[in-house]
Amino acid sequence: MTDALYQYCLRLGDTALLQGQRLAEWCGHGPFLEEDIALTNTALDLFGHANMFYRHAVTLNPAVANEDQLAFLRDAHEFRNPLMVELPKGDFAFTLLRQYLLDAYNDLLYAALSDSTHTPLAEIARKAAKETAYHLQRSLLWLRRLSLGTDESHARMQSALDELWFYSPELFEAHDLLQSLQQEGVAPDGQVLQRVWSERVLQQLQSCRLEAPQSGWVATGGWQGEHSEHLGYLLAEMQFLQRAYPGCEW
Amino acid sequence: MGEMKLFEVFIRSKSGLHHKHVGSLHAADAEMALMNARDVYTRRQEGVSIWVVEAEHIRASNPDQSQPWFDPAKDKVYRHPTFYPMDEEVENI
Repeated sequence: MTDALYQYCLRLGDTALLQGQRLAEWCGHGPFLEEDIALTNTALDLFGHANMFYRHAVTLNPAVANEDQLAFLRDAHEFRNPLMVELPKGDFAFTLLRQYLLDAYNDLLYAALSDSTHTPLAEIARKAAKETAYHLQRSLLWLRRLSLGTDESHARMQSALDELWFYSPELFEAHDLLQSLQQEGVAPDGQVLQRVWSERVLQQLQSCRLEAPQSGWVATGGWQGEHSEHLGYLLAEMQFLQRAYPGCEW
Repeated sequence: MGEMKLFEVFIRSKSGLHHKHVGSLHAADAEMALMNARDVYTRRQEGVSIWVVEAEHIRASNPDQSQPWFDPAKDKVYRHPTFYPMDEEVENI
């Protein structure tokens, strides 16, 4: 149980960390100042969630000294995130569409996790749920404005959806590790989450005149540490400082 | 910036009674202006309530007219309630 719980915390932490990292790449590159601040604020919230999950993971594994080790000293094959979050940030439409899909997911995930039988996780989820509610409001605003805006913005949103859609099933992927956690009420039922998520998201997409593609390769591999080529580059950038100057501090 | 409009932002602090002007921002519409104001002007717990107003809807007094508009009130002390002496019998009027 403890190893399953540990791996689960890693997945939760890794997913939040990489979302934050890709959003942080907009720092100084936002379309205008207010949006630059909004994107990086969201990134900070996500780093906060990652931090909480990692800190709890550390209590479960005596071999790890602190949460920084988990974030900065693990190699790509040790990361447990779904592949969607490691994809490059793309254009603004891609970033916001991905953020919408993830916010809709996080919203459901943290709501369900708030009732986890494992109290530390429930507490983290309750705190993260508030920030996530705001993230979802924000990405909904942009989803509607970009997809129902100009021809160009609509086209960019549609091609973002074409690219991202088959990365979403992995968010709900069943895994042996999850089974015992689900049985004990620690982790929520992925199938239930997927049903609600699909319903809500498809409805929104429809009202935005966006069409989800019908067929494509379904991404998988995160649970096994088998990632896309993008993760390596992301980690090289993110982890460079800690690896080059171990233990460095502000 | 294309069709971005200028909004003035007013924030009421947690213990405050009125919204204070804290600055301005550009946004495409009022809803986005509200969200941007939340992200830009309440990061450090500056407030719990936000008003955004399109700058063009604010009609402000002309600073060049300050003299004729505001100087005349300076020497009219009789406009203040404290100017009038009251008899004790009507103390609480």
